[in-house]
Amino acid sequence: MSKALLDIKNLHAEIEDEGKAILKGLNLTVNAGEIHAIMGPNGAGKSTLASVVSGKDGYEVTQGTVEMDGQDLLDLDPDERAKEGLFLAFQYPVEIPGVSNINFLRTALNEIKEYRKEDPISAKDFMALVREKSKLVELDSKLASRSVNEGFSGGEKKRNEIFQMAMLDPKVAILDETDSGLDIDALRIVAAGVNKLKNENNAVILITHYQRLLDYIVPDYVHVLADGKIVKTGDKTLALELEEKGYDWLTEEKTV
Amino acid sequence: MTLVLSKKMDTFLSELTVPSNEIQSNIIEQLKGMDFPTSRDEYWKYTRVGKISNTKFSNTTAPSNEIDVAAHLVSDNYIVIENGTIRTELSQTNSDFAINYKDATEVNHLVNLDNNNVFTAINSGLFKEAISISISANQAIEKPLQLVFVSTGESNIANNRILVEAGKSSSASVIISNISNKANNCFNNTIIEASVAENAHLTLHKIQNESATNLSVSTEQVRQAKNSTFKINTFTLTGLLVRNNINIAVEGENCETYMNGAIVSAGKQHVDNHTFVDHQVPNCYSNENYKYVMDDQSTGVFNGRVIVQKDAQVINAYQNNGNILLSDNASINSKPELEIYADDVKCSHGSTTGQLDEMALFYLQARGISRENAKKLLVSAFIGEVISATNDDTVIELIQQLLSNEYGWEFA
Repeated sequence: MSKALLDIKNLHAEIEDEGKAILKGLNLTVNAGEIHAIMGPNGAGKSTLASVVSGKDGYEVTQGTVEMDGQDLLDLDPDERAKEGLFLAFQYPVEIPGVSNINFLRTALNEIKEYRKEDPISAKDFMALVREKSKLVELDSKLASRSVNEGFSGGEKKRNEIFQMAMLDPKVAILDETDSGLDIDALRIVAAGVNKLKNENNAVILITHYQRLLDYIVPDYVHVLADGKIVKTGDKTLALELEEKGYDWLTEEKTV
Repeated sequence: MTLVLSKKMDTFLSELTVPSNEIQSNIIEQLKGMDFPTSRDEYWKYTRVGKISNTKFSNTTAPSNEIDVAAHLVSDNYIVIENGTIRTELSQTNSDFAINYKDATEVNHLVNLDNNNVFTAINSGLFKEAISISISANQAIEKPLQLVFVSTGESNIANNRILVEAGKSSSASVIISNISNKANNCFNNTIIEASVAENAHLTLHKIQNESATNLSVSTEQVRQAKNSTFKINTFTLTGLLVRNNINIAVEGENCETYMNGAIVSAGKQHVDNHTFVDHQVPNCYSNENYKYVMDDQSTGVFNGRVIVQKDAQVINAYQNNGNILLSDNASINSKPELEIYADDVKCSHGSTTGQLDEMALFYLQARGISRENAKKLLVSAFIGEVISATNDDTVIELIQQLLSNEYGWEFA
């Protein structure tokens, strides 16, 4: 059996200030080499899960643990989690005027390398890496040198997320509704990129509303998240079933 | 009505030696009837000058032998001025600019006391030698002239007077660096008078990098003749109290006027920029962009005044002031003032003050960049816009180096 890369146990989290519980005892184990899809109705806590695991401010974990490759994540700052090998592809990538994509990625990559006590990447090797990885998601190299996400189309922003994922080579990547706002061609490109990056040593978690994405990135497991918990786990056929029946039968089943 | 005269001015002047000529003696006599501005004066509402008015400065300190300006030099054509005294033996000039040193008797229109500006009067009454810089007609000078004003020692005052005449169809730039060498509580009082002749292009870069205890008041009086372009870029990095007054009279048609400011403050710094563009005639363009990044308990003032006079039609005047407060204790007072007396004009002004974008910070952190470095990236980007607008690689490089030295910011 392969090792657990991400291990979430009994995770409870609430929105700070409001004290509103969102995650209510979530368990999830993701092993190396696996792709997991997390689906669920609006307001189930899917994006909160991504935020809590990546360390975004504004949430309080009241119970439970999150470990990545044996390392407790909850005590780490967001950047330290990234340095440990976590990657979050944002649902809404942020535009940062004046900060070039290239400059910020080199800063990130070198900080990560320093954290891992590796030598910084040379400018030449870095540019070669940019060229190689931007091809993966068919990202125009001109976009790579522009300000982060500024003036990018919806599709370009999502491709830029996967380009960054490719550059940083994470152990665990959480893709938060990466398919939203993508036309079918962009979806294919993004999915192909993710499939190429996927290998036996890393893992991908897809948070999505739609089965469509899973035609292109085939998951090993599909989980249904409802009311802050995983209420059902199955293989890829579960996604098709959800597409057909919606979520009501699951939430009702629970109450019966 | 009784006139109560403050003794402050007498005390302020008590240790200062006035150059021996009738003109300056008269100015000092008039000055004794004047008082320092207080927060009751609208023009000085947010800036208190007690640190200046309560200090007995000296202007007779002997020049020091060890002056280090190397780190600030970006031109091989430069003049070093220590505490208001021109150090020709430390300077190196070529014939690009016609440079003359003039005492008060050789300077026309020495002072305009009508506006009751105490600091102008102090400067006029006390400066030793004015630096007169002329650019001949039709001359395009590629390399800038750099004036390096160095404060040294304890409680010294420097009264610097600079006259710039940009001749018809000339083009040139002057870099003004204000720096310190082992200086404490020194006061730099500078006046630059510039006239930009028909069709001329003149750029002034002001780089203010004084010690953390130094005080500075500087005033630029500029006149633009028709078809001329004037740019002034102000970079304030350090200094306890910094007050800049820029007054530009646009007297000819088809002029362009640019004012850029990048201000970085920390500790207990106070930085005040008052700018004034007087559009007296039609068909002109002015653009102003000042950005402040303020940390700790530092305070800032931005007051941008634009007048479009009656009959000065077809004026395009734009003004922007953006501020980022890095600390809960930093503050800024921003006041755009547009007075428009013509009816066919386009004027805009905007002022924004806020913190760094938390979403952007988290985004950068989620990619592995520490919060500290993420802040530096965002701040560099914010202020980098103003710095790159100077369009002068030498100046950009110097500013970036100084910002890296002072604040650890890296640009790319």
